[in-house]
Amino acid sequence: MAFDDQVKRRFNVVGTRVTRPDGIDKVTGKAAYGADISAPGMLHGRILRSPHAHARIVSIDTSEAEALAGVKAVVTGADLAMPEDADFADVAINCLARDKALYDGHAVAAVAATSKAIAKQAIRLIKVEYEVLPHVTDVDAAMKPDAPVVQEGRALENVPAGKSQNVTTYCKFGHGDLDAGFAKADKIIERSFKTAATHQGYIEPQACMASLGNDGRGEVWCCTQGQYMVRANCAAVLGVEESQLRITASEIGGGFGGKTSTFIEPVALALSRKSGKPVKIVMTRDEVLKATGPTISSSMDIKIGMTKDGRITAARGELRYSGGAYPNFTVEMGAQAAFAAYDLEAVETIGWNAMTNRPKEIPYRAPGAPTAIYAVESVVDELCQELGLDPLDVRLMNAARKGTLSSYGPTFNEIGLVATLEAAKAHPHYTAPLGPNQGRGLSCGFWFNFGGNTCVSLNINDDGTVGVVEGNPDIGGSRASISMMAAEELGVPYDKVRTVIADTSSLGFNDITDGSRVTFAVGLATIEAARAAIKEMCRRVAKIWDIDEDAVIWEDGAAKPAGPNAGTHPPMTLAEIAAIAGNTGGPIAGHHEVNADGAGVSFGVHLCDTEVDPETGAVKILRYTVFQDAGKAVHPDYVEGQMQGGAVQGIGWALNEEYIYGEDGRLQNPAFLDYRIPVASDLPPIETVILEIPNPGHPYGVRGVGETPIVPPLAAIANAVSRAANVRLTELPMSPPRVLKAITG
Amino acid sequence: MRYVKPESFEAAATLLRDETGISRILAGGTDVLVQLKAEMVEPDLMVDLKHLPGMREIVAEDGGFRIGAAVSGAELGEHDAVKAMWPGVVEGVELIGSSQVQSRATMAGNLCTGSPAGDAVPAMVTAEAVARVHGPDGVRDVPVVDIPTGPGKNSLSKGEFITSIYLPARPAHAGDAYLRFIPRTEMDIAVSSAAVSLALDEDGTVTSARVAVGAVAPTVRLVKDAGAALVGSKLDDAAIAAMVHAVEAACSPITDKRGTIEFRTKTAGVLAKRAALIAYGRAGGQL
Repeated sequence: MAFDDQVKRRFNVVGTRVTRPDGIDKVTGKAAYGADISAPGMLHGRILRSPHAHARIVSIDTSEAEALAGVKAVVTGADLAMPEDADFADVAINCLARDKALYDGHAVAAVAATSKAIAKQAIRLIKVEYEVLPHVTDVDAAMKPDAPVVQEGRALENVPAGKSQNVTTYCKFGHGDLDAGFAKADKIIERSFKTAATHQGYIEPQACMASLGNDGRGEVWCCTQGQYMVRANCAAVLGVEESQLRITASEIGGGFGGKTSTFIEPVALALSRKSGKPVKIVMTRDEVLKATGPTISSSMDIKIGMTKDGRITAARGELRYSGGAYPNFTVEMGAQAAFAAYDLEAVETIGWNAMTNRPKEIPYRAPGAPTAIYAVESVVDELCQELGLDPLDVRLMNAARKGTLSSYGPTFNEIGLVATLEAAKAHPHYTAPLGPNQGRGLSCGFWFNFGGNTCVSLNINDDGTVGVVEGNPDIGGSRASISMMAAEELGVPYDKVRTVIADTSSLGFNDITDGSRVTFAVGLATIEAARAAIKEMCRRVAKIWDIDEDAVIWEDGAAKPAGPNAGTHPPMTLAEIAAIAGNTGGPIAGHHEVNADGAGVSFGVHLCDTEVDPETGAVKILRYTVFQDAGKAVHPDYVEGQMQGGAVQGIGWALNEEYIYGEDGRLQNPAFLDYRIPVASDLPPIETVILEIPNPGHPYGVRGVGETPIVPPLAAIANAVSRAANVRLTELPMSPPRVLKAITG
Repeated sequence: MRYVKPESFEAAATLLRDETGISRILAGGTDVLVQLKAEMVEPDLMVDLKHLPGMREIVAEDGGFRIGAAVSGAELGEHDAVKAMWPGVVEGVELIGSSQVQSRATMAGNLCTGSPAGDAVPAMVTAEAVARVHGPDGVRDVPVVDIPTGPGKNSLSKGEFITSIYLPARPAHAGDAYLRFIPRTEMDIAVSSAAVSLALDEDGTVTSARVAVGAVAPTVRLVKDAGAALVGSKLDDAAIAAMVHAVEAACSPITDKRGTIEFRTKTAGVLAKRAALIAYGRAGGQL
């Protein structure tokens, strides 16, 4: 769907900072999250997890647990169907292990009991006999031919022979003659980098309540980024038809990509089917960290050649990602994103995924991109230092722009990278003075963005208000933005529109809330649904006025005669039309179904000042500014919130967050004490600058903004720290012991 | 689990002495409740002491202060006289946990938990604080430095518990300070820490000094050589270097997820140096 052909379109609602619709419920505690719903006769479910990184499950004896008074059901992997589709099968064995426990925390069995205390007691009565197997948690170790094999026979056909069976994915992107390019360089830097796995760190642990009868009809209430995804997974894993499952998404306490999979819903359904009662499961933080999605961990080699005036002549990257114990394709996105910010004659990126005895990777904002771009932007920065060049000028000189053949294949349309870099250059932050032990870093960031399958229904209510029904859980302010776009299009005030998120039985299929797609794709479908409703309202008015449909136009929230030839009828407002809809043909609604294309890629630039304590290695973030192309910022508060939130999560990733595994392959830090997300006092105010380079693929020019902001922080901070400490840091997180070691040698 | 609120210290001691299973004492509860939630322990008996006489009180005594074992960090932090006398002790206690935790956490609990990283402990040690211990055999006073015996362990016998901590009077021209290293700025556990308490003469020369370090040994450690290195100096570079050297020599930390041996040792010295300079300033010394 094309950008509206209007010169300098003036918006009335879009672009304003209206009150969020969910705010009062959230601050008063009224909002119902995953764990907030109960039902008569409800049981409490609890999951038994493997204490081993890798072990064959020899036997599971549930008899004592079943005999305990108050225990109503016990399930193991054998109680779930084994879908033929490999992705669904992975969901099934991740929900409850079959023959092997693949990581510390892998679910092995579950109970449902009349109280939490009994469920806890019952878990301890389940006897699992394990045969402990050698394990591997490091990606480089996992790729070695003699590494312990996590799963056999999972490699894709294009993976070259001679690798460990853990290597499941191989990919290659790029163009041009690398050798010729490197030959033209005045300076070549080649560096290796490592990054630790990090967790999305949403505040609300996964929770659900599920009910499934012997008739195959079920209901699930759960905290998720995609109720239709939950339905598909549960249907496949339980062996029931999708029509028989109704999934309702609760209010959601953070997702960031981490709630795009299912861990507990199929287990709760299986327990419910066996017990005949509704079953609630609420994960603990320990379970969340051990068994839900962290990011990939990575090991990367980057080689870039540059002329002495700053032109990149060739670039090559090799990325080795591990997405945990299952095949994983995140490295493909990393490999595509790595050099996307640059207009390059010769570029090649190779990616590998290797399985390790870690939990299954689940997307985290811009999956795959932050690590790859961290490595690339670190080498670009070091080249600028070595050659004595301004890092912003070098990026401007090499920036991708409209018409650039991207490093991953497509040729870019209208993109905002140059404008974003220029905004950074013009900002006072870039030239502000720095003190001793302080350094400034910058990085570009990129994300593809996504459109996808979307349904919207828009109802004109008889009192002149409007209801929008959409199918994507709101993790970033989408209800407000969607209401705003409906109000804009219809010409009614924002507070006349209410947007609700439908359950799976109330609206057609929607892809999950991911890929920064919702404000773009659901917004687009909402605009089209509103236009359909407007068309219908004009048709009704034409009937009343007894003129041609074409002679009625919609302007400022009312139907009007198109011109003098159409007569002198006074305008009819939406409310007036709605009030008599029953007399003109019945209820009025618009709807739109689309697989939205044209999401429009997004670029950002982050500037960061840090101070490094040379005696302790402690890093303080002094100042941080985010520049990003939003296409059109529908609700600027939310856009700024996304930009700030991405920066903050990136600060955590860069400085302290990491999955720490012991020699025994067990996770050492499954709690927020030692898994250190930033606290408020760690952070400076995050300044934001929104650029608006309209996306040609959206009627209002909207681009997704949710993921790009987590891409640049890793390198922006690494570059700032490396400059402040006068030593190049190449491993994340840059925790104080690591920084101090780099400084003291 | 039985939860009991005994009528007296004597009754509490008897209950605890006679319990054959696992018992826990509840004051602030900021460690015990976390252990329960994390399912690390399931006590058979929980004895709540908060309500007993003196437990929530701060009382002036012989020029110093007796602080009830259930006085929270927040209460201590609002006590201007204690703060003025022992700012290092108070800043240590106030570093425990978050604002919410501060309304419950106690210095006595922090001491009895026996964590080598306890934030309240090093400055109590340098202040020569004394714990009053009630037990089945009566009451005794024990120097704070002798309470912890190892990670998670203390020297109290079965049935014994601390009812108050005594901070002695501070001489003129004296000051103390506590610093810890954490990877974040709040809500964390010390990777290393140091407390310094100094007294000066009229012209600013150190007449006595005590240095204690945390999280670098199985217990908080009083480093006598480090204190001695400062005595007779005005914290010149040589004295500081000798003090740092003594601190580093006294460290025997472990490498774990929070820090390496090397890092803990180095930063303990850095923190001791910085704490000494702060304490010196508080004592009225001019550098």
